[in-house]
Amino acid sequence: MSEANSPANIEALLPEVGELIVTALNLDVPPADIEPDAPLFGEGLGLDSIDVLEIALVISKKYGFQLKSDNEDNLRIFSSLRALSTHIASQRTK
Amino acid sequence: MNTIPLLAHGDLDAVFAWTPEGPISVGDYLADAHWLAERLPATGYLLNLCHDRYRFAVGFAAGLLRGMTSLQPSSQSPETLRRLQAEYAGLVCLCDGAADTLDLPRLDFPETPTVNRKKEPKPKTAIPQIPVDHLAAILFTSGSTGLPQAQRKTWGKLVANGRSEAIALGLDRQPHAIVGTVPVQHSYGFESTFLLALHGGCAFWAGKPFYPQDIASALAAVPQPRLLVTTPFHLSALLSAEIELPPIDLLLSATAPLSTTLAAEAEARTGAPLHEIYGSTESGQLATRRTTAGAAWTPLPGVRLEQDGDDTVACAGHVEGRVALSDLIELLPDQRFLLHGRHADLVNIAGKRTSLAYLNHQLSAVPGVVDGAFFLPDEEGPDGITRLTAFVVAPGLSARQVSVELRQRIDAIFLPRPLVLVDELPRNSTGKLPRAELQALYAEKVSHGGR
Repeated sequence: MSEANSPANIEALLPEVGELIVTALNLDVPPADIEPDAPLFGEGLGLDSIDVLEIALVISKKYGFQLKSDNEDNLRIFSSLRALSTHIASQRTK
Repeated sequence: MNTIPLLAHGDLDAVFAWTPEGPISVGDYLADAHWLAERLPATGYLLNLCHDRYRFAVGFAAGLLRGMTSLQPSSQSPETLRRLQAEYAGLVCLCDGAADTLDLPRLDFPETPTVNRKKEPKPKTAIPQIPVDHLAAILFTSGSTGLPQAQRKTWGKLVANGRSEAIALGLDRQPHAIVGTVPVQHSYGFESTFLLALHGGCAFWAGKPFYPQDIASALAAVPQPRLLVTTPFHLSALLSAEIELPPIDLLLSATAPLSTTLAAEAEARTGAPLHEIYGSTESGQLATRRTTAGAAWTPLPGVRLEQDGDDTVACAGHVEGRVALSDLIELLPDQRFLLHGRHADLVNIAGKRTSLAYLNHQLSAVPGVVDGAFFLPDEEGPDGITRLTAFVVAPGLSARQVSVELRQRIDAIFLPRPLVLVDELPRNSTGKLPRAELQALYAEKVSHGGR
């Protein structure tokens, strides 16, 4: 688990997850343009709860785990591309 | 004075709500409501922003006890809050989490005292009686003029709505535990989770599960029989997730058309009958149908539809006055009816409704915007989500700058994706924007190939 969560691993996951977001939501933004630490909601990409559910479905199929919104995790996990990639790295089963 | 009790449950020990910490009885609910009422101002307006369904319920009852009116806007944008502040003097926000309430008077939901949860016999609290003509709630819709319209709901009519729905779904004979994926403040969630529990003798799950796994966990946390109150969008996500689901006894969907394919799949997966509700914030709930049993809708007990040409009016029963409906409706000889689509100006995205007139009004109010129009591309499928596009004339502004301003004014779900800057809009000689012209502009500028 700790190995999966290493900074290098997460860094490597960023483009893949960026690509996944752009494809799932059909955004007109090149995946490489998503800043890893910029907010995905609001000022950043401007995602909303519908998008979150769509991304969650794609994530569950690709990485083999279900997202859960215990407490405020919902927002924290989707706060940035890096946060989302970190969560995927720590939870993925495939 | 004509009054109706706060709730239909006859037994103070009956469960009223389920929380992660366990059940809350009717007696505990009443104790919490009386306790919170002492902390609220007498009379005035309560902007109840609690996310937790149980805390919302406590706030609503406490407001009723103080003679207050619950304000339930369809959005919580700064623009909406300012408008409410200007129009409703003596407004107080009730919050149970991080919510931006600007400088409005605010009460954060206090930690409930343990004295309300003592297991010893409670003082024999009578169920409070509320006057039938008390203005209990004001729900908001965006009207055809483009500005939010207040829909005033008296206590008597709200109760009658809850009772009619309970009878139509058979919950009066067999109360269910209700799990809702929809917010409690908006009309569908308000009616089908809160009022249905209050006057259908049911109990509800306090949370609002979001991810498919959350929905499964919430269902597992309440006893059978279980009713899942959801939308086509959440239902479709739940089924696509292919996770193990606890037994569900009844499914309810509203806010957007549900395809018979999804309805049949949901019934096959859960074994539960799926009913849809038809209604509007203006009229309250009007009719139900079991989607797999045919297209016709059956009016709720007491409700009547009347027609004059293409226009249909809902009246009688719990409908406040006579409400003109925005759908094309075909009345059948046996009181039932068919729906044939909506008025072209209305937009419904994932269950949130607004009008293009309202969105265009907000867009043109952005400083620097010279002209602009929202456009809803032709839908792809009844359960898919189609996003709005906006064409904007705003010399000197970037699309991002316009989006940032718009975000202050409209719900995120209606934000254009994409927002396209153009030199001018294809207005005809009378200044109107023919849909065909916008469609052509959409094909030229956007032309999504993927979805």
